[in-house]
Amino acid sequence: MVDVPLGPAGAVAPSDLDDVELYHPHSWVTKYVFSQDAKVIAIQYAFVALSVGLIALVLSWLMRLQLGFPGVFAFIDASAYYQFITMHGMMMVVYVLTALFLGGFGNYLIPLMIGARDMVFPYVNMLSFWVYFLAVLVLVASFFAPGGPTGAGWTLYPPQAILSGTPGGQDWGIILMLSSLIIFIIGFTMGGLNYVVTVLQARARGMTLMRMPLTVWGIFTASFMALLAFPALFVGAVMMLFDRIFGTSFFVPAIVEMGQPLDRNGGSPLLFQHLFWFFGHPEVYIVALPAFGIVSDLISTHARRNIFGYRMMVWALLAIGALSFVVWAHHMYVSGMNPYFGFFFATTTLIIAVPTAIKVYNWILTLWRGNIHLTLPMLFALAFIVTFVNGGLTGLFLGNVVVDVPLSDTMFVVAHFHMVMGVAPILVIFGAIYHWYPKVTGRMLNETLGRIHFWVTFLGAYAIFFPMHYLGLMGIPRRYHDIGDMAFVPPSAHTLNAFITIVALVVGATQLLFVFNLFWSLRHGRLAGGNPWHATTLEWQTPETPPPHGNWGKTVPTVYRWAYDYSVPGADQDFLPQNQPGITSVVPGASHG
Amino acid sequence: MGSILLFLGGLAVIGTWWLSRQGLASKPWLEQGAEGALPEEAPAPPYRVGLLILLAVIGSLFALFISAYAMRMQLPDWRNLPVPRILWLNTTMLALSSLALHGAKRAAERGEMPELRAYLLAAGISALAFLSGQLLAWRQLSGDGYALAANPANAFFYILTGLHGLHLLGGLVALGRTTDKAWRETTTERLRLSVELCATYWHFLFLVWLVFLSVLTGWAGGFVDICRQWLT
Repeated sequence: MVDVPLGPAGAVAPSDLDDVELYHPHSWVTKYVFSQDAKVIAIQYAFVALSVGLIALVLSWLMRLQLGFPGVFAFIDASAYYQFITMHGMMMVVYVLTALFLGGFGNYLIPLMIGARDMVFPYVNMLSFWVYFLAVLVLVASFFAPGGPTGAGWTLYPPQAILSGTPGGQDWGIILMLSSLIIFIIGFTMGGLNYVVTVLQARARGMTLMRMPLTVWGIFTASFMALLAFPALFVGAVMMLFDRIFGTSFFVPAIVEMGQPLDRNGGSPLLFQHLFWFFGHPEVYIVALPAFGIVSDLISTHARRNIFGYRMMVWALLAIGALSFVVWAHHMYVSGMNPYFGFFFATTTLIIAVPTAIKVYNWILTLWRGNIHLTLPMLFALAFIVTFVNGGLTGLFLGNVVVDVPLSDTMFVVAHFHMVMGVAPILVIFGAIYHWYPKVTGRMLNETLGRIHFWVTFLGAYAIFFPMHYLGLMGIPRRYHDIGDMAFVPPSAHTLNAFITIVALVVGATQLLFVFNLFWSLRHGRLAGGNPWHATTLEWQTPETPPPHGNWGKTVPTVYRWAYDYSVPGADQDFLPQNQPGITSVVPGASHG
Repeated sequence: MGSILLFLGGLAVIGTWWLSRQGLASKPWLEQGAEGALPEEAPAPPYRVGLLILLAVIGSLFALFISAYAMRMQLPDWRNLPVPRILWLNTTMLALSSLALHGAKRAAERGEMPELRAYLLAAGISALAFLSGQLLAWRQLSGDGYALAANPANAFFYILTGLHGLHLLGGLVALGRTTDKAWRETTTERLRLSVELCATYWHFLFLVWLVFLSVLTGWAGGFVDICRQWLT
């Protein structure tokens, strides 16, 4: 446990301490394994999340192989296919995107961007990572458990999730999945408390809330939402675990399983859907808000222009965060609920488009007449805007009850949410990694490999998901192992499926190029210096790169301005770091290397 | 889902009030200087803020359970289970525990170490008594044939009381450490924050328990009906 010195008012945040008083690791193990330094924890989170991402990527390949070339790969039977779908979905949404944005970027960027030395509860922060790691181990263990992982679909709808017809339903699969989620949520709560309290309590002098970079605003709002939304999944998981292990009937109605009536009655499958989506919809924005924040910073920095409408951007983030808690039932239009109910949720869903559109306008207006540098982070940020608008527009279709009902459970839904929640945030993650890798390692990522990675990923994602909308409009159902020869399915649909599969294999392989780049550039990348992008935010002004434990050397920075002073008239450079008092003094970050 | 929406609505009101004091309408691009737009206040201890946010998270967890309870109890197979009489004794124990911690907090503020130690011990013992009483209630109910899987009302009872007990057990770890510290320190100064946080946590768990009790006994039925009408 870290020794936090106690003053008369109680504990003092690490940011308020002199460097010598901060907890210091004494051995290799406490420095790199059981580390309490948020930056090391961030890298641990990112490494584990990206590894899980690679597993999930391979699972998507296997699914696509079956869909593109049904019957060719004998080992992908119906059970295996459902298991791949389920694990791919849950891994990507929870264990990759959430963990990477909040655990990875949150840990690295929050203390550095607000001028703190570390998170306020470093020990709890360390615990958060190891609990997350345990959750991942439990999840991955289900691949090796008798019966394999659960094949219930990533939404884990009961009663099928815990019955014997579903892979893993009566074996270990579902138990391990639910346990892993419960562990994940406990670990996330530890991390989330840290992110929120650090932003609230450990900001450097002069760093008012309205001077924080939008990245911090995004991660802060998303953490708060996650803290309040994940309990819904926790409750659902605990109750389903009781149904599965102890035979209670929370979710299982009177039912006949394999010809035998079960000893259950009265349970409500709908109750689980409410709980799941009460978590599930905010989860979309838990992933999206950090992406919104990061993209704002990437665009502003690489277009050398102050962010347009900063205040509106902050308000929009908060409005989206609040609204996202009252739209959950738009995932349940076909569950047989009251139509008036659907009308209410369609309205709230469409209202979210307003703050979201404000953000898109502001990004575009930031670019307008900016000095746009088409660097890798900028390319990914631009690709994000296009993709997010695309995915958002199909969201307007699905948000309306009458349009959703025929499109529900078709490939249209798969295409929509992969555009908006898969491709869009992952483009931001890539952009962010290209942007901050120089700070983390001191070296630039290889530009040529990066450009190949960008173009193949961006164009490839469209080649994969754009045609999928047409498949959906045609009525091709999702979650079918083999659509077979239906009268309404023309041969062209099969050709299109094969095409999508080939592109998916290529795009997936390109991600390996990116992973290679991450490791290759560690040694061979061009030296970056302290502030290669000439950015204003505090993380680029550290006295050393990569920043050591404690971040700031002897003195914590003082903040004199907001985060977006680019191209200020009269200034001798086109950017003014947040810790620079006047507009013409020496730029602290530029000379460090 | 009425309970959770009500709970989150309450949080939203508090959040909006707090945000309204943070200068969210300021124009940061026009402001320069280390003071920023707002006068710097002495920051509250992070542990206090951390606990308040943790309470919001735990509150949302229990509010969601109550939402699930309210939705599940509408279905025809629901059979309320009798409230064991020992629960009233348990409630008294938890109330005493909460009161003792309030006393401990006051003693810590006044700097009276012997009194503080006595209060901490009393709080710990009565909390343990509460937990033992809960276990007795479990035994009594299962002895009377109210098994976990027999009816959802039973299952909810065991889960809710179990989860509440686990949270109290977590609190007892913190209280144990504080009590241990109280025997090693000579002045109350370095204990003040820990005792205050324990007291806050205890009052919160007592409040949660009262809400549970009103739900389990059906007193909250009227309220639950209102929530139900919202959504059907």
